[in-house]
Amino acid sequence: MGMTITEKILAKHSGKDSVKPGELINADIDLIMCHDVTTTPAIDMLEKKSMDKVFDPEKVVVTPDHFVPNKDIKSAEMVARIRRWAKKHKIKKFYDIGKHGVCHAILPEQGHVTPGSTIIAGDSHTCTHGALGAFSTGVGSTDVAAALYSGKLWFKVPETIKFVINGKMPKGVYSKDIILKIISDIGVDGALYKAMEFSGSTIKDLSVEARMTITNMAIEAGGKSGIIEPDEKTIEYVKSRTKEKFEIVKSDEDANYEKIIKYDASKFEPMVAFPDLPSNGKAIKEAEKANIKVDQAYLGSCTNGRIEDLRIAAKILKGHKVKEGTRMLIVPATTDVWNQAMGEGLFKIFSEAGAAISTPTCGACLGGHMGILAKGERCISTTNRNFVGRMGSPESEVYLASPAVVAASAIEGKIADPRRYL
Amino acid sequence: MKGIAHVYKKDDINTDEIIPARYLTSDKEEELAKQVMEDLDVNFVKKVKKGDFIVAKENFGCGSSREHAIWALRGSGVRAVIANSFARIFYRNAINNGFLAIECKDIAKKVNDKDELEIEVKSGKIKNLTKKEEYNFTPLPKFAVELMEAGGLLNYIEEAKK
Repeated sequence: MGMTITEKILAKHSGKDSVKPGELINADIDLIMCHDVTTTPAIDMLEKKSMDKVFDPEKVVVTPDHFVPNKDIKSAEMVARIRRWAKKHKIKKFYDIGKHGVCHAILPEQGHVTPGSTIIAGDSHTCTHGALGAFSTGVGSTDVAAALYSGKLWFKVPETIKFVINGKMPKGVYSKDIILKIISDIGVDGALYKAMEFSGSTIKDLSVEARMTITNMAIEAGGKSGIIEPDEKTIEYVKSRTKEKFEIVKSDEDANYEKIIKYDASKFEPMVAFPDLPSNGKAIKEAEKANIKVDQAYLGSCTNGRIEDLRIAAKILKGHKVKEGTRMLIVPATTDVWNQAMGEGLFKIFSEAGAAISTPTCGACLGGHMGILAKGERCISTTNRNFVGRMGSPESEVYLASPAVVAASAIEGKIADPRRYL
Repeated sequence: MKGIAHVYKKDDINTDEIIPARYLTSDKEEELAKQVMEDLDVNFVKKVKKGDFIVAKENFGCGSSREHAIWALRGSGVRAVIANSFARIFYRNAINNGFLAIECKDIAKKVNDKDELEIEVKSGKIKNLTKKEEYNFTPLPKFAVELMEAGGLLNYIEEAKK
């Protein structure tokens, strides 16, 4: 019996010829990402136990991003603590202000993600990096502490659900719509504990960055990881960013899948996930009928804050104005994306449309700062979660959609079909 | 262990409801406990007593990887969460912290709010002392019991090194 890409990576990293779903392994970790919220508790735990060491500083990347630039004294103290800790342990890959950005956008952009590797972080959206063919999963602070200390972590080998998506996507449909459709079909626990492997001609046609939007949201279906086999595009993307050697791992033809779910991409439509779950997806026509007025339109996050996302929004916003009574926030995910957007003249388009442009941060996506919602307010957002109180007041509402839907909705002041502007 | 059950007949209770991100500038159990479950039930903090249990339906603890969810619950006195199923990272964090997360089929249907329960971890039994009923649950995996007995993952690793 063959193995899936996930099983192969986990077997190799635990010194075995093969592994089976359900098997408990102790795997070598190639990369640990640390951000401001979940790292300080890990440092505390290690210091308290006199286990304060880092197994390999070269394998640690630090990206303060959640409450950065520091939103208050407490968050300032957290980042200051991480700076001291990183300095003490000679961790050089530290993305401080000036190089900062949303962790899951920085990691692949700066060449830290390589195919076939194992990556963990104290952040649930760590599944993003599977877009490059790595096994990448979110864990808690105790796990981060254990991995920092030992370079290893326990895992139960997950079963894999394979999603085969073939065909050409209609105009106005993007990778965000694919993943919102899948989550709406299988539910927020539809892939609980499982690896989600995405394949097919539609996925191959997507850019590497667009693929990241899909794997980013694997956790929203309960998945342990999302993964896409590396292809020529992946190899080119990675080689242009790092000199590190890597191994291309692919699933065997006779690999065992828990389930195979097929989609015809030509039938996809722009999607909107209604509150309070990412699985409450509705096709745009139905969403428009509900006549949902929006107080805020948010473009950013590890899901959709990359340059391609900003370009899509700019294309739609060009020559239009954000509707009176609606606020639009543009949050480029990283410093490089910010610079690129400025260089391409996108900021001028956003600014002329009446949108505000922010420095990179996770910010309002998780209700941290820079765009919090008041009671009764509604936000259409390119982010990944629309739980109760996610972006502010427990009595506010979040609707999830692609950058195109968010831009069109900003123009009309209500949830709108972007295809009218393309 | 005996305690009172706080029953939420709801699927997908997420970590933003258990402890909203706006409070994540602290990682102290007693501080987090003041806001535990705030976005789901503002009265929870007033009701919960040391040794109590939370009973829920499917996919408890979904969303963010914040271990603060476990710390906030434990800080408020909650001894265990009993649910049909748990989200992966929450379950993992529970094991790593030696916190009890018990999977028990249809538990939210069987138990009423305020029922007194007694959990027998080793035998995999929950006794409903109020309704005089007994339910079985899948005993914890061997590895989870080992971690719990060691007092969590870091202690386990520390001992393994010796």
